[in-house]
Amino acid sequence: MAPLALSRKVENDMALAPETPVIDVRSAEKTFPNGFRGLEPVDLRVEPGEFLTLIGPSGCGKSTLLGMMTNLLKPSAGEMRWWGGSFDQTGTTGKSLSIVFQDATLMPWATIQANVRLPLDLARTPRKEADERVRQALEKVGLAGFEDRLPRQLSGGMRMRVSIARSLVTEPNLLLMDEPFGALDEFTRNKLDSDLLDLWREKGLSIVFVTHSIYEAVFLSTRVVVMAARPGRISKIIDIDAPWPRDEAFRGSPRFAALCAELSRELREASEKSGTMAQGAKP
Amino acid sequence: MKTASANFDSTLRIAGPIAVGVILLILWQVLCTVKEVPIYLFPKPTDIWASFTANLPSLLRALSVTLMVTLQAFVVAVVVGTAIAFVFNQSRLIEACLFPYAIILQVTPIVAISPLIIILVKDTRLALTVCAAIVALFPIISNTTLGLRSVDPGLVNLFRANKASRLQTLMRLRIPSALPYFFAGLRISSGLALIGAVVAEFVAGTGGMGSGLAYEILQAGFQLDIPLMFAALGLITLVGIALFVVMSALSNWAIGSWHESHAEERGHG
Repeated sequence: MAPLALSRKVENDMALAPETPVIDVRSAEKTFPNGFRGLEPVDLRVEPGEFLTLIGPSGCGKSTLLGMMTNLLKPSAGEMRWWGGSFDQTGTTGKSLSIVFQDATLMPWATIQANVRLPLDLARTPRKEADERVRQALEKVGLAGFEDRLPRQLSGGMRMRVSIARSLVTEPNLLLMDEPFGALDEFTRNKLDSDLLDLWREKGLSIVFVTHSIYEAVFLSTRVVVMAARPGRISKIIDIDAPWPRDEAFRGSPRFAALCAELSRELREASEKSGTMAQGAKP
Repeated sequence: MKTASANFDSTLRIAGPIAVGVILLILWQVLCTVKEVPIYLFPKPTDIWASFTANLPSLLRALSVTLMVTLQAFVVAVVVGTAIAFVFNQSRLIEACLFPYAIILQVTPIVAISPLIIILVKDTRLALTVCAAIVALFPIISNTTLGLRSVDPGLVNLFRANKASRLQTLMRLRIPSALPYFFAGLRISSGLALIGAVVAEFVAGTGGMGSGLAYEILQAGFQLDIPLMFAALGLITLVGIALFVVMSALSNWAIGSWHESHAEERGHG
């Protein structure tokens, strides 16, 4: 199903040649060791430059799908490809990905500087170069000057910004984000959503984003994958063909309201299709 | 406002216990005087102080012996206990096989095994150190093992996603995560090292120049010199408190800036 409207980046790319997908999910499925069917076989291509959102009721396998994309979960059958290769090849071929978790997952004993520098330290990047990249990443998320603070001295929103800075510091091509702003208040969340879109456009990133929020999905995405539960599966894929750039005015526009209504309807259908035999108990 | 209340808190923390102590001492002195309690049953604080100053040289010599045994045993326990915890952390199999024996070490009363150790180890001072180290060992093993395992699963995933090596994960994640548990272990263990040193000396009952505070207490008991007993006992207590304070300060220095257990000291920073 070729999307009708794509982000400008994808449009340009498509004009040249059909590109290798960033992630190619080929009939990947997940049954957990306790027998819980987390995800039916899924086929999904994450195209370069797109902002793809996974949304659905709890138990729909959206975190499982994202987990397989991060390689922290292995599919029980089927196959995953990253830029046409295996996961081990990522990072060595000039293509790399970063994960942003649900919580900021910062080391409480380390300064903001050291937290953001962690991926570079683990990759043994020379200190001087690493510090310069940390400085740039913190500037990008609006936290310049907070280098020497500890995580506990920052608000929840600021900690999430640190987490994003840490994911950007390796200059990834792909960001995998698992409900990153779910625990934040709406005002902070809207602000971070806008800033994330700026980063995405500026850096030409591909992003896969998991959320519970319809508004967030419509505001951010080029494509939304609606999922259904019990067993977890893809119910429908919707293109969000609203024009760019999207700003606060877009949130108040009739187009935004219409898209939210459409997505909301699709979600309702997905949850009606959802089975009820299990209570969605996760392993 | 916050600093004012924090100041009040820290003043209270020091002045409060001192005030209680002074009141208790005065009460003790007054009661013993009014009731005319004989000195060989329960001496007055002033009697104890007099005995303390009169026997200062021998008490200090005994103190230095007990202190040396305690500190040496404590250092041995920390080094050995941490090493064992690291081995446990590297292999679940080794931990499963050996942890029960660590527990046996813990549940066997030191009084019961110290005669054996004193027979086996010829040098008395060394035997005392071994006894005290055995008592002090378990909290270090169990706390450090627990600490090395108590790692935020999110951070574990982060390290895995960044393809961190085992050594990197140990150095940058497991060891810092274990520090709060390790320091809690130190606090317990330092006190136990002192107890072990004193108990072992009671059993060993050495005489001569190399004897510690426990021997002073035994001797004073034989001679019905109760004020001297109290003076020696007071010194042991002081050593215990000093160890606790030093360990707390060490913990505060190492992890005070970030760990929740020190949030109160920071005034909820």
